[in-house]
Amino acid sequence: MAEPYLSAADMRGGYGKADILNGCTLTVERGQIAVIVGPNGAGKSTAMKAVFGMLNLREGSVRLAGEDITQLTPQERVRKGMGFVPQTHNIFPTMTVEENLEMGAFIRDDDFRDTMEQVYTLFPAVAEKRKQNAGELSGGQRQQVAVGRALMTRPSLLMLDEPTAGVSPIVMDELFDRIIEVARTGISILMVEQNARQALEIADIGYVLVQGANRYTDTGQALLADPEVRRTFLGG
Amino acid sequence: MDILNALVAILNFVVIPAAAYGAQLALGALGVTLIYGILRFSNFAHGDTMAFGTALVILVTWGLQALGISLGPLPTALLALPIGIALTSVLVLGVDRAVYRFYRRKRSAPIILVMASVGVMFIMNGLTRLVIGVDEIRFDDGARFLISVQQFRAWTGLSEGLSLRVSQALTLVVTALACWALFRFLNRSRAGKAMRAYSDNEDLALLSGIDPERVVRLTWLIAAALAVTAGTLYGLDKSFKVFNYFQILLPIFAASIVGGLGNPLGAVAGGFIVAFSEVAVTYPWRKIAAYLGFETDGLLQLLSTEYKFAVSFVILIVVLLFRPTGLFRGKSV
Repeated sequence: MAEPYLSAADMRGGYGKADILNGCTLTVERGQIAVIVGPNGAGKSTAMKAVFGMLNLREGSVRLAGEDITQLTPQERVRKGMGFVPQTHNIFPTMTVEENLEMGAFIRDDDFRDTMEQVYTLFPAVAEKRKQNAGELSGGQRQQVAVGRALMTRPSLLMLDEPTAGVSPIVMDELFDRIIEVARTGISILMVEQNARQALEIADIGYVLVQGANRYTDTGQALLADPEVRRTFLGG
Repeated sequence: MDILNALVAILNFVVIPAAAYGAQLALGALGVTLIYGILRFSNFAHGDTMAFGTALVILVTWGLQALGISLGPLPTALLALPIGIALTSVLVLGVDRAVYRFYRRKRSAPIILVMASVGVMFIMNGLTRLVIGVDEIRFDDGARFLISVQQFRAWTGLSEGLSLRVSQALTLVVTALACWALFRFLNRSRAGKAMRAYSDNEDLALLSGIDPERVVRLTWLIAAALAVTAGTLYGLDKSFKVFNYFQILLPIFAASIVGGLGNPLGAVAGGFIVAFSEVAVTYPWRKIAAYLGFETDGLLQLLSTEYKFAVSFVILIVVLLFRPTGLFRGKSV
């Protein structure tokens, strides 16, 4: 079997002395949506930050498209094709929507206007507000700007840290629809989600993390159907 | 005609001096606010950077004068200004490398950087005294007045006179040009947008591939250029004295905080607000009251000019109490 597009294997490490990740493994195929769920403090966001290089790994490796990128900084990983949307502080609030997207494309020397048009096509609501400061938009629209900013480098793997945190259920459904559209263009998605049930519904593969290690790994539908997972993590 | 005389007096004694002073404060406050936005500390050495740069401009001016080079009606200092800016930039970049970079790498708290800048302030102050001395220096040459009191009286036939000095007009023109260039740079250019992005969200700027050290260098260069320009205009308008440049730090800080720290537009507005308040509060209004028909024995001066710095203090306190983020919503202190 060919190597998966992203393969983060046996990751161990943390911020201080104690490890938060205890042998966590995440893989994503091209164009797949992978969702990480789990209880509070399970190390979901930490696992994603480790994949992005914001955390020093004591053990384990991260490989992207067959290349070992374990030692690269986050900035270098962006150039390798990773896009990251942090959970908070993920926009430039006093800059316009358009400027936010421009800054997303900062490392690109070529003409990025067509990418910008693609982002606007994907998010028509923010396209209307392109001259408005991003900080003045609603929560859902800010998330769209944040995702759009990360898409400007034309990443092959887009990582989203709780994209639906603090937005209304309607906006959440809308965001998930957009994420599916992004995945259809061939971009792999790795996403941490609090709204586990809804996120697993769109997931090609779901990871249930507990105490920094994989507890269950299966397709989203299979996890939703698993009575054990339902009882312990999805509230019945 | 009395109302006209009153208007001319207000223009001559309040509006023109306050506008020139406000423009000088605005240029200074722009530098402080940019440093705050990018490097995230209040630079106490800004006043003495102005003094040092102006001292260099004066030395170059003397050199040019000795060579017989002049700008005709305009002060020779204008020709020396670019050289002063270049030399000051070298010094400021050197200071950043020797002092601030160390604390930046350690991700020190802003207060530590502020204290470091106090140290830099003392050293720069000493350096300036060493280079040019502590005496008052006048270095404005060329024509003195654009409009003199006699000319104005002859033109209008009013008893009240009005004068507009070359240095005042020059201050306003240069400030307008500098602001126009700066705002254009910040809003249009890639490097300027990168600076704003870094000021908005440091981590996200880093993720977007913006090089923080380049942004920091650019910020120091712009701040140095603004500081030397402000210092030279202030020196041309009044006179050069090292100690005055140390003192002007307070109204400059007041201006940038009133406008909202980190907000360039606010810094400009803040400069004029502080200058107009200072001049309006310390000006004796008796003459103007008399023109309007109110004869009094008092001077109608709210505050003696020796206490003009109290105005900055009061503005600072009021803003910090009621609107800590400033009029234009900068970062809170």
